[in-house]
Parts: sequence; structure tokens; C-alpha cells
Amino acid sequence: MTETMIKPPKRNLGPVKWMRTHLFSSWYNSLLTLVVGYLLVTSVGPLLNWVILDATFQGNGPDDCVGAGACWLFVKQRLNFFIYGFYPDELQWRVDIMFALLAAAFVPQFIERFPGRKWLGIFGMTGLPVIGYVLIPGGVLGLEEVGSSKWGGLMLTLILAYIGILASLPIGVLLALGRRSDMPIIRGLCVVFIEVWRAVPLITVLFMASVMLPLFLPDGVSFEKLVRALIGITLWQSAYMAEVIRGGLQAIPRGQYEAADALGLGYWRKMGLVILPQALKLVIPGIVNTFISLFKDTTLVLIIGLFDILGAVQSTIADPAWQNVAIEGYVFVAFCFWVFCFGISRYSQNLERKLDTGHKT
Amino acid sequence: MKKQNVDSRPAGPKPWYDPRVRALFFQVVSLAVVFWVGWVLIDNTLSNMQSRGISTGFGFLGESAGFGIIMHLVPYDATMSYGRTFWVGLTNTLLVSAMGVITATILGFVIGVARLSSNWLVAKIALLYIEIIRNIPLLLQIFFWYFAVLSNLPSPRQSVEVGGALFLNNRGLYLPAPMTQDGFGLVWGAVLVAILAAVSIRIWTKKRQLATGQIFPTFKVSAAILILLPLVAFFMAGQPLEWDFPALKGFNFGGGITLIPELVALWIALSLYTASFIAEIVRSGILSVSRGQTEASKALGLPSGLTLRLVVIPQAMRVIIPPLTSQYLNLVKNSSLATAIGYPDLVAVFMGTTLNQTGQAVEVVAITMAVYLTISLLISLFMNLYNRAVAIKER
Repeated sequence: MTETMIKPPKRNLGPVKWMRTHLFSSWYNSLLTLVVGYLLVTSVGPLLNWVILDATFQGNGPDDCVGAGACWLFVKQRLNFFIYGFYPDELQWRVDIMFALLAAAFVPQFIERFPGRKWLGIFGMTGLPVIGYVLIPGGVLGLEEVGSSKWGGLMLTLILAYIGILASLPIGVLLALGRRSDMPIIRGLCVVFIEVWRAVPLITVLFMASVMLPLFLPDGVSFEKLVRALIGITLWQSAYMAEVIRGGLQAIPRGQYEAADALGLGYWRKMGLVILPQALKLVIPGIVNTFISLFKDTTLVLIIGLFDILGAVQSTIADPAWQNVAIEGYVFVAFCFWVFCFGISRYSQNLERKLDTGHKT
Repeated sequence: MKKQNVDSRPAGPKPWYDPRVRALFFQVVSLAVVFWVGWVLIDNTLSNMQSRGISTGFGFLGESAGFGIIMHLVPYDATMSYGRTFWVGLTNTLLVSAMGVITATILGFVIGVARLSSNWLVAKIALLYIEIIRNIPLLLQIFFWYFAVLSNLPSPRQSVEVGGALFLNNRGLYLPAPMTQDGFGLVWGAVLVAILAAVSIRIWTKKRQLATGQIFPTFKVSAAILILLPLVAFFMAGQPLEWDFPALKGFNFGGGITLIPELVALWIALSLYTASFIAEIVRSGILSVSRGQTEASKALGLPSGLTLRLVVIPQAMRVIIPPLTSQYLNLVKNSSLATAIGYPDLVAVFMGTTLNQTGQAVEVVAITMAVYLTISLLISLFMNLYNRAVAIKER
């Protein structure tokens, strides 16, 4: 019997080996790599030139934008309008305080083991809206009043998304509970409400809020345009929220419901103390995802004439003093939204992994 | 007296502790509240409309509209009725939705598969595409394509041209139009015969395979029939098809099919945006098929093509189809963003211009919402039927 020594296999490391397995594993993979690589190399160069190398950052006005690259000067000079809208300059510290509080309440949620981050989150859901309600419109406590027609830009986008999600959460919980109820009439009402709002596009809801709501109200009662938009957004969003929360309610095992019944808890105590705390924890990623889509959808309010960040940019790129700054404006807005949405979605994916307690299996 | 009471059943809970009575009570109360709110709203609306001098009813649909629409699939001019503007808007919505669904599906499947590619570069580019596109609002993307790209295209005289047949400029996209001549009916007949033949071949081979175990190359034979038969008929009938090429006449193009820039911008943006969501759905669908399934089918001796067709794809589709339909639904609803750039869809034409001219807010909004509700109910009905058909049959 002959024994040959077999060498251990070589480790698959090193750049050459890596490229062979990941880029050039077969003839068509090699071809694909070469074609895609060529396209990438030829497009990255001009893009980089446009964004940074040939771009104009410094200057005093439209005349300084003479290079072949992007005119970031435009964004820089109009930044105040893009963030605050028509909010008076000397009162913008009030908005800045709200931005700071918002960041203080929610940025720690991204950092694990941040001391008291739970309480900061609770503050963000309860105290923050109250402070904002006093600080931003003013008119009380000696603060100068700023009408909602002067709000705009990023500030308005955040207000719409934040109030929309906060107000739709409790309505969504009630609708979800109603849809899972044993009472046929209540279930039917909730199903109809949810399905109707989910079936129609947000634009029709906003149109309805701005055109039909005044007709619904008795004489002498009227809302500002912003409030009407918020009512529409909240109703529409609460239907989506209800479906997300219903998913959580369905994921809770039957035993939990029965155990709560066996303990003699009434309906509201059963839901409030046993079911909802578990269900809401399960659907936090889903709620975050609906928040992201609502955040993107708030741009639609520009169609009914509110100046959110996209509306602010859209109205300034038409300025004849600046030539062809549309792309710069859009890239700026896209970047703002991308940073928010990508960051939040990463957070929700993290959370999903962490909260995965194995209920679904 | 007391003895008689001992025999009777113990008294039930007091009525206000009885869950059935409570349920009935709550339902009656909530129904009453809903009716009351509804009545108050209707009452307010009627009195408001009376004080503003707006008449109710759908009579306005027969009146002459008096405004032009830049694009219509059904015959339309300004003398036609408001009811006609509804059909123009609806067909335009359905057109852009159908175009978007087709391109978004193709692009989404390609990117979703690319995301799982063994080629590192391709997989990363697909990831980059998905993460960038789906985190940017759709309205912004529509604006970008319309105001930043298509408006900056050259004028018709300097239009971008592909092979003398396809022209792109700031007035839109121009394509050659197929013009069927006499005798094209023969080709349609051949297509019908070919489809029937393919179906019967499939039935026959399935029966034969069940009976004898012999495999017939169904796909290749059917493909050959489907392509060759109409082609033969086409040449036999003397090539009864001509192309109407767009050509520069004066300051603009004439002939061919014109896609207005609003449609092109909306189509591109809807397709790219929805494709990024479809790609993620496709990826998770393919990943949801466990490795054991592929290995088991390899162990059974199935070649990799059959493994894909008979084992992986049917199971992946079960995961893919429900979220895919909801993406289609989103696309149809998102097509209403057309209003923002002036593409004459249902919302822009009917809920915009017609509503503004007639002031019939309640009727117009109700009709528009009913259309979207119908589309969405129809799609979810089909989805549920399909789901029932492909759901795991547990025995």
C-alpha cells in the first residue's frame, strides 16, 4: 500500500485569487467585468469633474458660475430658503432649537447603550411636539407670531413627516385592533376605512383635503392649508400604519391572548398590558419603513402649493438670474433625502436583526 | 316561594357585564356615530354648495369641456364633453401604468438577479443602484427627468438619432409606426393557429410523459412554431407591413409615433423607481428557496436548467408574486404624480382641469377615487386568486 502525502489545500486569499473567483471565474464573467468596468471608469471621471473638480463653490453671485462643473454656489446662497422657507431670519433660532431637540431625541437611538436613550425617545414622542407647537408658530409667551404660510423648506418637510407619523400611530393602533375585533360591524367599518385609504393615491387625498374639506365644514370654520394637508396625510398614513400593526398583532401567538384571558384581564388591559407591547416591538422596523415612505411622500404637498424642500428648490431654479441650475438643485434635495432615508433604513435593518426573537418561526 | 327559586338556573351576569350585550351596545354606538358624522358632513356640504351656488348631480358630465388636452388615445377635441375628458385621462393613466409595469418588471428582474451575481462588480453596482434610487422621492426623480434632462435636450433639428428611425429631442421621443396593409389578417390567423398548436402540444406531451415517461422538447418545438408560422404567413401574404418613419418637416417631426416628453419622463422615472423595489423582491424570493431544494433536485439527477425551471422558480414565484402585485399597485397610484409635470392623466385632467372648471368637487373626487379603488380591488382580487392557486397545499 502506497501512501502519498496530500498537501493541505491552499488558502483562497490574496488579491489575484480573489479576482479570479469574484471577477473572472468564467469567460462571460470576465467579459461582463471588462464591459462594466469600462463603463464605470468612463463615467466616474466626468462625474467627479462635474461634482468637485470643475465645480464652483466660492463667489458672490450667478456671474461667478462660469466653470464647466456644478454651480454649488447656487445651493450655498439659497440654503437659508431651502431650510427655513420664508421664516423670518431673526426668528430662525426657534427652528434651530427644534432641530437640535429633534437630533438630541433621535440620534441617540442609533447608538446602543447611550444612557437614557429610552427616555430621550419618549421625550421625542411627547414633549417635543408640545414644545414645537409653542415655539414654531409663536403667538404665545411673548413670542412673535409666524403664520404657517411662511414655513417652508426642510423644516416643513420634517414637520409634515413627523406629525403625520405621530398622529397616525394611535389611529393606526385603533384601526388595527378594530380590524381584528370579534364585532362584525366594527370590523367591517375598519376594513372599509383601511382599504379605501390604501387604494387611493396620496395626491387625490391631498386634493380632497384642499378642495373638499372646506365644503365639509360648517360655515365659519376653516383650517389653514397646512392643517388641511396634515389631516389628509394623517388619515391616509393611519391606514398604512394599521396594516403594519395588524401584522404585529397576528404574529403574537394565540397562547398570549388566551393567557391574558385566563388571568381575567379585560379587553383593554389584555391589549394594553400583554399584546400591544409585544406586537409594537415586533413591528418597529415596519413603522420605521412606513416613516421612510411617508418622508419621501411629503414632497407631494408642493402640488397643492406648500413649499417643502423640493417645492422651495423647484421655485428657485426657475430664477432667470441663475442659468441652468436645475440639476444642482435636484442633486442637493436628492442628497438630503438620501442621507435621511438611507440612514433610517440602515437603522431599521439593524433593529430587525436585534429584535428577531424568533416569534415568526 | 323560595323553593321555586332554588330550582331555576343561577342568574347570568348583569346585562352590562354580559360580553354579548356589550358587543351589541358598542357596535350600535359606533354605527350611530358613523352615521351621525356622515350626516353632519353631508348636511354641511349641501348647505355650503347651496350658498356657493354649486348644483349637485352628474349632469355636468354631458356639458362641453372647452379645453384641449395635449395627448389623447381616444378621439377628443375641445368641443367634447366633460365625460369624455374622464375617458381621455383614464386611458392615459392606464397607458403609462402599463408601460411602466412592463419596463419596471424587466429591469427589476435583471437587477435583482444581478444583485445575486457571482461577479462582485456587477453585484455591487446593482446594490448601489437599489440603495440610491429607492431612497430618493419619486416626485424628485420625475422632476429631474423632465426639467433637468428632457428639457435640456437639443431642438428637433439637432435631435439625437438612432439609426434614422428613432429620434429624441426636447419635443419628445419619435418612433416608427407599423402600418398594417391588406392581407395582414393572414398573419394574425397564423399567430392564432400557432398559439393553439403550442397549447395542444403542451397538453399532449404532458399526457404522454405521465403515461410513458418520455420527455418531449416542448419549449423548443413550441418556440419554433410560434416564430416560424407567422413568419411564413408574413412572406406568403407579400410582406403586408410598412413602417411610417418620423421625418423632420419644418420645425418639428411628422409621422411615426410621438411620445410627448411628459410621458417619457414619467415612464422613465416610474420604471427606474419601481424597478429598485422589484429587484429587492426578486432577490429575497430567490434567496427564500432553501439550498436543500437545489441540492435535492441535483441529487435526483435533474440538470441545472430543469432545477431552475421546475424547482427554484416555482417556489421563488410564490414569495415574489404578492409583493410584486403590490408594487404594480403602487406604480398605478404613483402614476398620478403626472399632475406635477402636466402629463394629462386621470388626476391632472379630471381632478385638475375639469374640477376647476365645473367646481363639482364632490362628484369629481368621488369618481376619481372610485376608479383607483376599482383598479386596486381588481388587482388584489387577482392576487388572491393566484395566491390560492400557488399556496402550499398541505395534505
